[in-house]
Amino acid sequence: MLKIIINRLLQGIVVIACLFTITFFLVRKLPGDALTSEKELSAEAKKAYNEKYDFDKPVTTQYRIAIAKLFEGDLRESTKTGQPVSKIIAHSFPTSVVLGVTGMFVAICIGIPAGIISALKKNSYIDYSTMLIAMIGISVPTFVIGPLIAKFIGSNVPFLKVAGWGDPFDWVLPSITLGLGTGAYLARITRAGMLDVLSQDYIRTAQAKGVPQQMIITKHALKGGLIPSIAYIGPAFAMLITGSFIVETIFQAPGMGQHFVNATKNRDPFLLQGIVLLFGTLIVVVNIASDIALMFLNPRLRQEENA
Amino acid sequence: MKIESGNSLWSDAWLRLKKNRMAFISLWIVVGIILSSFLIPIIGEIFAPKDEAYRAEHYWFKDPDKQSLANKFQGPSGNHWLGTDQAGRDLFSRLLYGGQVSLLVGLLATLISMAIGICYGAISGYKGGKTDSILMRIVDVLYGLPFLVIVILFSVFIKAWAQQSVGFLKNDWGWGEGLINITVNYLPLCVAIGILGWYTMARVVRSQVLSSKKLEYVEAAVSLGLSHKNILFKQILPNLLGPIIVYTTLTIPGFILTEAGLSYLGLGVESPNSSWGLLLQEGANYMETQPRLLIVPSIVFALTLLALNFLGDGLRDALDPKASKD
Repeated sequence: MLKIIINRLLQGIVVIACLFTITFFLVRKLPGDALTSEKELSAEAKKAYNEKYDFDKPVTTQYRIAIAKLFEGDLRESTKTGQPVSKIIAHSFPTSVVLGVTGMFVAICIGIPAGIISALKKNSYIDYSTMLIAMIGISVPTFVIGPLIAKFIGSNVPFLKVAGWGDPFDWVLPSITLGLGTGAYLARITRAGMLDVLSQDYIRTAQAKGVPQQMIITKHALKGGLIPSIAYIGPAFAMLITGSFIVETIFQAPGMGQHFVNATKNRDPFLLQGIVLLFGTLIVVVNIASDIALMFLNPRLRQEENA
Repeated sequence: MKIESGNSLWSDAWLRLKKNRMAFISLWIVVGIILSSFLIPIIGEIFAPKDEAYRAEHYWFKDPDKQSLANKFQGPSGNHWLGTDQAGRDLFSRLLYGGQVSLLVGLLATLISMAIGICYGAISGYKGGKTDSILMRIVDVLYGLPFLVIVILFSVFIKAWAQQSVGFLKNDWGWGEGLINITVNYLPLCVAIGILGWYTMARVVRSQVLSSKKLEYVEAAVSLGLSHKNILFKQILPNLLGPIIVYTTLTIPGFILTEAGLSYLGLGVESPNSSWGLLLQEGANYMETQPRLLIVPSIVFALTLLALNFLGDGLRDALDPKASKD
C-alpha cells in the first residue's frame, strides 16, 4: 500500500512539474506582454520593467530563476497590478474552496440518493424519470443553468442574491449551479454501481437466507455499490474547484477564476504560473487522498496491492 | 438452395438503435439541428435580395451581422422571427450561424483528437511491453492536468500565434478575409481542444487493440507475413469501428460545451462573430429585461447537447452491448 502511495506521489510531482513547465513556456513564447497595451511607456521604463522581472534574459535562464524562486517559496508578483501573487491567491482561494465544497455537498446530496433510488426501482417510471433528469443535468452546462437559476429563483426569493459574496446565503445559488452537473454524473455512477452489486451472488444468498430487504440494502449492497461513486468524488472535487470560473463569473464570486481569466487576457506570467501551480497541487493532493480513502474502503483493492 | 444471409453488425446495431426510443428521437433532433443550421442560411443567402435596406425590412432571412440600433430589443414578429438583440441584429439568423460555428468547432476538435487518440492508442496497444507502459504513463500524467485551464492556455497561445502570422498569410499566400477570420477565430480553439482531448480515446483504443491482438484473425494475418502497419491499420482498426464511433459521438457534446464555455468567458469566439456560447453570454447580460435573449439560445443549445448525449448512449448500447451500463 505504501508503495502505491509513493508511486502516486511521484506521479503527482511529475504532473506538477509538467504543468509548471507548460505554463512557463507558453506564457513566455506569447507575442506581446502586459506592456503592449500601454504604449505611452518610455523606453527606460520598459527597460526597467524587463530588468525587474528578468524578461531581458534568455528564456532558459528565466526558467532556472523561476524554479529557484519557487523553491524559496517566492511566487513573485502580478506584472499588471504589482500585488504579490501569494497575496492574491490567499485572498481568492478560500472563496474557490468554499464554492467547491458546497458544490460537492449539493452534488452528493442530490446524486447519491437519486442513484440509489433509481437502482432499487430499476426500470420503473421513477428510474426512467430520474435518469432523464440526470441526462439533462449532464448535458446542460453551468452557464445555461446559472443565469436561468439567477433569473427565476434569485429574482423571486428576497434573501438569495444573484451577485456578490458576503454571507453564507450568497453561497446557495452558485453552489447549486456548480453541483447540479456533478450530481447528475454521480446519480448515474451510483445507479450503475448499485445495480452491479445487487446482481452479485452474495446478495442473492442473503435474500435466500431471508434477510429483510432493507437490511440487505443498508448492510450489504451500499458498502460495495457506493465504491465507484466515492472513487468519482475525489477527482470531481478537484475539477469543481479548478473549473468553477464560469460559475464565479456568473455570480460574481471573488474566487480564483476571475484572476485566472484576467491573467490570461493580460498575459500576466507570474500570476498565471502561481494559480496554475496551485490548481495542479490541489488536483494531485485530492487524487492521492481519494486513492488512500478508496484503499481503506475496498478490502479487495488492498489485497491486490499486497499480493 | 437458398442461403440464409446473416445479419451484419451494422444492421443489428441499426435495429437495436431503432428500438431505443430516446436515442432514435435524438438522432432525428440532431439531424434536424445540423441540417437547419447549415441549409437554412445557405438557402436564405441564395435568394437574398441585393438591396440591403429592403432585406432588413421585408426579407425573412436577415444578415446576421447587420446592426441597427433603432431596432434593438424587438420582440418576435413576422419580420424578426425570434426578435432582435442588443445591437438590433436578428436573433434567428445569429442562432443559425452560431450553430454552424459551435457544431463545426466541436466536430473538427473531435476529428483532431480522434486522429491523435486512435494512432497513439493503437501503437501503444499493438507494441505492448515497455513502449506501452511508457506511453500509458505519459497519458496518466496528462490526465492529471486540469483540462479547462490547459485548453485556455493553449488556445490563447495558438491564437496569438495565428494573429501574428495574419500579415504573412494575407500577403504571401493571398488568403481572403473569410479564411483569415476562420484561422484566427475558430481554428485555435479547435486545435487546442483537439490536441488536448485525446487521452480517453487513446485508452479506449489501446485496451481494444490489446485484447483483439490475441484473436485468431490477427494470428492468421501474422502467419501470412503481413507488415505490422498493414495488420494494425487494415486488419485490427476496422474491427474497432464500433467503439470508436460510440466514443466519438460521446466526445462531440463535451467539446461543443468546452467551446461554448471558453466563448462565454470571452476567451473563445469573439463578437461580432457568432457562436452559441457567445449568444448565451450576451443573453445572460440582458436577462433581467430581455429574458428571451437568454432563454431561446439556452433551449436550442441544451436540446442539441441532450440529443447528442442520448444518441451516444444509444449507439453504445447498440454497437457495444457489453460496455453498456444496463
